[in-house]
Amino acid sequence: MNTKDIIKNGLIKENPTWVLILGMCPTLATTTSAVNGMSMGLATTFVLVMSNIVISLLKSVIPDKVRIPAFIVIIASFVTMVEMVMKAYLPDLYDSLGLFISLIVVNCIVLGRAEAFASKNSVGHSALDGLFMGLGFTWALTLLGIVRELLGTGCFFGINLIGGADGMLMMILPAGGFLALGFLMALINQIRRRSVKKS
Amino acid sequence: MAKKAQSTLTNMLLSLTAIALVAAAILAALNAVTQEPIAAAQKAKVENAISAVLPAFASLEDQDVDGKACHVAYDAQGKMVGAAIEAGNDKGFGGHLQMMVGFDADGSVTGYQILETHETPGLGAKADLWFQKDGKGCVVGRKPAEGGLTVKKDGGDVDAITGSTITSRAFLSIVNDAAKTFTNITH
Repeated sequence: MNTKDIIKNGLIKENPTWVLILGMCPTLATTTSAVNGMSMGLATTFVLVMSNIVISLLKSVIPDKVRIPAFIVIIASFVTMVEMVMKAYLPDLYDSLGLFISLIVVNCIVLGRAEAFASKNSVGHSALDGLFMGLGFTWALTLLGIVRELLGTGCFFGINLIGGADGMLMMILPAGGFLALGFLMALINQIRRRSVKKS
Repeated sequence: MAKKAQSTLTNMLLSLTAIALVAAAILAALNAVTQEPIAAAQKAKVENAISAVLPAFASLEDQDVDGKACHVAYDAQGKMVGAAIEAGNDKGFGGHLQMMVGFDADGSVTGYQILETHETPGLGAKADLWFQKDGKGCVVGRKPAEGGLTVKKDGGDVDAITGSTITSRAFLSIVNDAAKTFTNITH
């Protein structure tokens, strides 16, 4: 497996949101605004990179039968770190993401990459895989956040574009999350399929 | 690739214990480091809210009235100029809503700040501006004791946030609740 493949897999070919469809709970819940979506993506990216590195380092000392609890302890530690640091230095962001930060522990992308990649590959490749899987998740969440925020409130990263007019409130609510996710997923997979056919 | 550890009982016990111990140690250390900034951030939030909702004051006195934290403000002569009251309830659309409500000496609302909210962005979350001085449902300057501080749907005269009557109701009930506490403050 070479570097280019790892990058491409994370960002497009095996994008956790659009292709693998993993981690839908934070995807739908935190994308009410572009900033929230992006912050959630970046927090997850940090956890992914760190847990992939540590798990790859420890892969030969963790016996197979207890690998899942070992992975979860490692992942949960990093999530708790993110949570504490965010609470201390970015309290506003912590307030808006709140519960979903702790839920990164059970985000199947993180455990999925630990199991499918980090426990079988070198440290360098695992770190890279974590980074680009995380960035793949981040751009997906940011895009979803931008679309929902734009349609729902008429804002782009908090900057109001439509003056005093009201947006389509439904897009901010959970129903709008499902709609936006479905349409974007269809669109992105169509583009992906076309480019695969061409090449 | 290095030889993989076998799944014997000793190996499993050793590796899991070691990982858990290291993780606990690191988290304990980080907790010690972040504890102070977390407390400071929370304190700063409350202090900012107090000065945002009250008219100019010289000194503050903290009181506990009806189970709510009250910050009574005095001017340089020791005369009470108002009070900021922390109040909240669980009637919001997204759950708990916690606010700092300011009153002047005769019980009129001087301002409010939302401390904790889980309201929908773009809908109920608009409460941070909606009820302010230039907002559509202005409550600043109103005297809750005179009544009428409910949404129009409930017979009051405050414009509810469009599409967020539940949030508006929760908000106004907190303001009225804080006003009730204000009358019980000793000064």
